Amino acid sequence: MAILVYTENREGKFKKATFELLSYAQEIAQKTNTSVVALSIGNVEDETLKTLGQYGAKKIISVKNAPEFLDNKIYTDIITSVIEKEAANIVIMAHNLSGKALAPRISARLKAGLVSAAVSTPSSYDPFVVKKAVFTGKAFAHIKVNTALKVITLAQNSFGINDPQDQDVSIETFDAGVDTNSKTKLIDTHKITGKLLLTDAEVVVSGGRGMKSADNWHLLEELADVLGAGLACSRPISDEGWRPHDEHVGQTGKIIAPTLYIACGISGAIQHVGGISASKCIVAINKDPDAPIFEVADYGIVGDFQNVLPQLLEAVKNIKNS
Amino acid sequence: MKILVCISDVPDTTTKVKFKDDNTAFETAGVQWVINPWDELSLTRAVEMKEKTPGLIDNITVVTVGPKESEATIRKALAIGADNAIRVDALPKDAFYVASQIAEAVKNENFDIILTGIDSADYNGSAVGGMLAEMLDLTSVSSVSSLNAENSKVTVTREIEGGTETIEAATPFLAIVQKGIAIEPKIPAMRGIMMARTKPLKVVEPADSETLTHIEKFEMPQAKGACKKFDAEGVDELVNLLHNEAKMI
Repeated sequence: MAILVYTENREGKFKKATFELLSYAQEIAQKTNTSVVALSIGNVEDETLKTLGQYGAKKIISVKNAPEFLDNKIYTDIITSVIEKEAANIVIMAHNLSGKALAPRISARLKAGLVSAAVSTPSSYDPFVVKKAVFTGKAFAHIKVNTALKVITLAQNSFGINDPQDQDVSIETFDAGVDTNSKTKLIDTHKITGKLLLTDAEVVVSGGRGMKSADNWHLLEELADVLGAGLACSRPISDEGWRPHDEHVGQTGKIIAPTLYIACGISGAIQHVGGISASKCIVAINKDPDAPIFEVADYGIVGDFQNVLPQLLEAVKNIKNS
Repeated sequence: MKILVCISDVPDTTTKVKFKDDNTAFETAGVQWVINPWDELSLTRAVEMKEKTPGLIDNITVVTVGPKESEATIRKALAIGADNAIRVDALPKDAFYVASQIAEAVKNENFDIILTGIDSADYNGSAVGGMLAEMLDLTSVSSVSSLNAENSKVTVTREIEGGTETIEAATPFLAIVQKGIAIEPKIPAMRGIMMARTKPLKVVEPADSETLTHIEKFEMPQAKGACKKFDAEGVDELVNLLHNEAKMI
């Protein structure tokens, strides 16, 4: 028995979401007396692979022979072959774009019960029950998995990352022996450069219709710069084309859970709140004291953004410089 | 080309969620049901393709797994522009069960393109599309934000962490669709609503299928503490609190 964690790399590097998965897996391994095996697909240097050991992996399986872009079928072939090889009983992936693409295929192929967007470690192991968010953050459900093999995708920032510890880890290069000729053809890649991705950001600064115009966004950009924050927006803003779609946060956009979320000029429609309610701390700036965003905010400023944001920027700068 | 759009009906996104029977069941009383937003966008894109390129799309079918009551949602899909519908007469139990039912109902229909939403606004499983692709042994691409087709080829854009990729694939093909595929969901016109009443709706009996998971209990989130509010003069105090009390900055 083993817990298999799919450790996705981005251009040969691991992101914090991967370390969170391993930390999560390690706690389950301790409770169930099993060990954590990490699976890496693609070209990652051994030195980088070893860092997975610091977060709980005892063994790393490195499959280098794979398409350079995600092919759902081939990656499923690889992951299922490793599940069988390691006799894994729990498979853990991130609830991100690739986790959402792969986990259902793995689940269907191996008839393994899937819990998607889990928010905590199992509350019980026999029966196996895991809590997940439902109704876009408006409630939780406790899901019982009936099958021997379980697949879990973990909602980002729902568990935390353990302090890294040096421990022995073995790296095994494995050829899964699968046909790696993709039936899909990658014809173009567009990379967003020079900005912090929302999924990587600890702090997010976000704007809504109350910002009045795309021309006022520099106020949010300056604040985000000083805070080292990512930029987000509510749905009307991306629909209007003031900001790109990849910044839209909410029910039909991205669901995020940063440590600090600063919402400026966002009224707090229920669809928007669904996308941010798992944030650790929410600060709202709105000139309407009755705006629903204040019902979910921890801290609020009632005032006009033109007046508040420059003051906020100065105050944050002072703290950062002190 | 024949397109299949998988739809489900979900509570309107503004629904106040409540549970009953000792928190083991969703309280459906008073709930307004709508087409799952991502499914609605998928259908909108399918209809756009059919309308904009004459001869490209011969037929758009929608399929749902649900009881008789879900036919209101199916009629809305037909009013938006689907040509016919299939309803598998069963209560959706889990994602595996739903995908199995759809797979069984459509496996001999030779659809060229199957569209499913990336998520559902009720149980947030993000699973039916990928499972269906696996069961029908189809090439699938997920997080698709644009879709074009010609002859037996589809071109899609998908979101990746930090960017997008453009991918080509041959049909038959399954796309798991997210925001961007269409800007606004298509609103049915009066003519569409009239026509929807007479469009074919086939009801099929459910196939034998197992479930892999079961919802034991629901739980509401803990109530938030009161918001600490300041006026514009309190910005410095707030920043101090964020720094010293909340340790956020």
